[in-house]
Amino acid sequence: MLGEAKSKSIADQTLASISADAAEVVISSKSSDLTRFYKNSVHQNVEEKEVRVHLRAWVGARSGAASTNALDEASLKELANKVAEIILLSPEGDEVPVLTQANGLTGVASLDQAAIEQTPQARAEAVRQVCEAAAERGLEAYGAYLVEANEQAVANSEGYFGHHAGSMADFQTVVRNNGASGWAQASHWKLDEVPVQSLGEEAIQKAKDAADPRSMEPELLTVVLDPYATVDLLQMLALPGMSGRAVAEGRSWISGRIGQQSMNEAVSIWDDGLDLGGVPQPFDSEGSPKQRLDIVQDGVVKGGVYDRQTAVEQDVKSTGHALSPDFPPMIRMYSPLPTNLFMAPGDQSTQEMIESTERGMYITRFHYTRHVHPRDCVVTGMTRDGVYLIEGGKIQGAVKDFRFTQSYVEALNNIEAIGSETRLIVDDFLKAAVSAPAVKIRDFRFTGATV
Amino acid sequence: MQDLLDRALNLAQTRGAQYADARVIENETETLVLQNREMRTLESSKNLGVGVRVLVEGAWGFASSRDLSLDEIDRVTDRAFEIARASALVPGEKVDLGPAITSQGTYETPVEIDPFSVSLDQKVSVLMETDRLLATVPEIKARVLNLVFIKERKWFANTDGARTDQTIIETGGGMTAHAVGEGEVQQRSYPSSWGRQQVTAGWETVVAWDLPGNAERVASEAVALLTADPCPSGRRDIILAGEQVALQIHESCGHPIELDRVYGTEAAYAGTSFLTTDKLNNFRYGSEIVNITADSLRPNGLGTFGWDDEGVPAQSTPIINEGKFVGYLMSRETAPRLGLTSNGCMRASGWNRIPLIRMTNVSLEPGTWSLDDLIADTDDGIYMETNRSWSIDDRRYNFQFGTEMGYEIKNGKLGKMLRNPTYTGITPEFWNSCDAICGEDDWVMWGTPNCGKGQPGQVAHTGHGAAPARFRDVQIGIHG
Repeated sequence: MLGEAKSKSIADQTLASISADAAEVVISSKSSDLTRFYKNSVHQNVEEKEVRVHLRAWVGARSGAASTNALDEASLKELANKVAEIILLSPEGDEVPVLTQANGLTGVASLDQAAIEQTPQARAEAVRQVCEAAAERGLEAYGAYLVEANEQAVANSEGYFGHHAGSMADFQTVVRNNGASGWAQASHWKLDEVPVQSLGEEAIQKAKDAADPRSMEPELLTVVLDPYATVDLLQMLALPGMSGRAVAEGRSWISGRIGQQSMNEAVSIWDDGLDLGGVPQPFDSEGSPKQRLDIVQDGVVKGGVYDRQTAVEQDVKSTGHALSPDFPPMIRMYSPLPTNLFMAPGDQSTQEMIESTERGMYITRFHYTRHVHPRDCVVTGMTRDGVYLIEGGKIQGAVKDFRFTQSYVEALNNIEAIGSETRLIVDDFLKAAVSAPAVKIRDFRFTGATV
Repeated sequence: MQDLLDRALNLAQTRGAQYADARVIENETETLVLQNREMRTLESSKNLGVGVRVLVEGAWGFASSRDLSLDEIDRVTDRAFEIARASALVPGEKVDLGPAITSQGTYETPVEIDPFSVSLDQKVSVLMETDRLLATVPEIKARVLNLVFIKERKWFANTDGARTDQTIIETGGGMTAHAVGEGEVQQRSYPSSWGRQQVTAGWETVVAWDLPGNAERVASEAVALLTADPCPSGRRDIILAGEQVALQIHESCGHPIELDRVYGTEAAYAGTSFLTTDKLNNFRYGSEIVNITADSLRPNGLGTFGWDDEGVPAQSTPIINEGKFVGYLMSRETAPRLGLTSNGCMRASGWNRIPLIRMTNVSLEPGTWSLDDLIADTDDGIYMETNRSWSIDDRRYNFQFGTEMGYEIKNGKLGKMLRNPTYTGITPEFWNSCDAICGEDDWVMWGTPNCGKGQPGQVAHTGHGAAPARFRDVQIGIHG
């Protein structure tokens, strides 16, 4: 971790090295520790420390960008020279953007000292206890325990400087039981909010309940989804459907639905980078501040998210959702995107949702979901790590995995109940946090089954 | 750089490591993204760092840093040691790395024109001209074009005595046009979808793609798809274009033959494999015309190199031989468990990641048909081209794919265009239904530069040679 003062020094040095009409520097640093385990033993244990400096500058209607992970003075000058060289050769585009002005906004305190100070031994000890608990029941635990600290500083030629440091812990485990399996996962910026041992017990119970799955033909069924599967609903609605660019270009499920009651009135979805119930990031990589932004309110579609460029194109204000330049450019093409999504909880327990279901499936999570068609967010994917038949309001044993092909917009319109508790999950791909409850959905479309 | 690596290895040996290896990687990437006439990205990225992996008392530790100072090399090596000792608190099976690997030498991707020697102006011009032509079709509402050039130099050393130095050069690029109509959106891409085609080659490959020369066709096809009939549902013979065959290989053959998946080390994340070790040399994966090879020597593939990230030389391994399953992708640690030696498939996405078993160039060997003859030989089928969606279960068994465009085939002739084509199946049933594969003239080395695996996530670049192929009696038209 660089710290605020060092980040400011690097930012100032970098900005001073470039002669341009406008310039913006993003400095990101990361310290990441991860322990992976399989068959009740640790097989991979890694640490990574990285810093990147990204510089973008504009001269007239031309711009260029470059990045480096070398922080010495010569390398930062070389970075500035490279940007200047690219600008000279670049085609004319839009005019110089209006960069974020110094705003005096304060950040969010989300750096957990316990997370920073956790040792590899402590992490291994936590994993050992989960593995022993599984082994005692004749089961095998697999999974990963990740603890990291992230830091982002943004500065520009208008005098803006923003700095945020935060932590994130994630524990996930599959417990396997003779070909059947159970899953548990939780993420949080506070280490203590990731209860490793109880997550292990959750997966162990799921795996025991998943024993001896039977084959069933796919059909239209009521489903009770654990929060892990609900998280997937939000993730697939978000990428790229919640991008203001996709909305404007007619490529999103939001296109043509703004102001319409497209989901059940119990469904509310919002993004909030300031909420300590998520993994806070108070501003985006352009320095634009985040705040709560409603995407769906009481089932009514409100709109997508914006970064600086899409905001200008759509004549709205940036909502602070530019993706970090740490992502490869081919991923940044999907920018802007939400990275702290929340779905409002309801008032039922998972058990109550099961008891009110005459016939259906209780599903732990989805796997390898992909868009089939963007306009209705039609998605195909598989169930995984625990599918259970519900008959007469009771679990009647485990079932082999299904493939589904289902519009997620339609699914959230077919909501019959929402769980009272939420689970926070940070995905491995975009590092986006999603907090979601369990849900009960009627007429979920299963289109295939595995053997 | 070798001095730095030696310092890490000497320290590791002094401290009693059973084995250690170290890599310094220097990566330079140039990316151009043109979106709706605006140059969204014109960027040069440089990245340099070191990773040290140690095996201590049968347990692995790995640490990495962007700082190549001598003090930091020592700290990283010590940290890898500390992490390995923590791993030993939850011990697993004894590690056997097989025979010592002592590779020596240098390797560099052969290129006709170094892409970093081509002016930015020339690169921008290709994209701008292509975009201008796409924009002449008014129903095209969004256009994305890109070029990517990568030069990666990698120094590797291990305590067995291996010392290698290789430079890999990749060139990628492509375009996608989105057409939007009444309640419908369709896309067409070229040469490949999901951003780009990518190969180990130089600027000459961009010239060969002729992006401007394909722009109007791509735009027109996207618009035509808006009003095309939807792909029917039912069972049909299908002919997949080479790019879709490549992804089918990647998902349903490439991943399940990764021996670490088979042993379960990816079980909590990417999943496992239906190709369990009892099936090796004992399982009919596909029909007798199906021959699949993992070959890191093949020119232009994204899995083409001199040595893998354990120093094992590039080589060719039969995977499916006349339909029979005969080989895995292996590492030094996994191969001895089958009584075999590594076939050089350990690859890391950078200095800050440990190597994992990854695909090299997993390719379907060419057959004898021409595409025209194959279509003429098909009475009632669907031709599907350019991937739009893909999904497969955690054992790589049950899959569903969608493509950007399809055509009806009736009585040996291409008929009307079809939108939203999809097909689904079970991996061995599907490959056993393969009854025709096109020949060398239609065979292309496709690149998959976005293959995700592992935690922390690693994006690998893999190659897949493929030609169009026919599959009989496949379930199509799953619309949801």
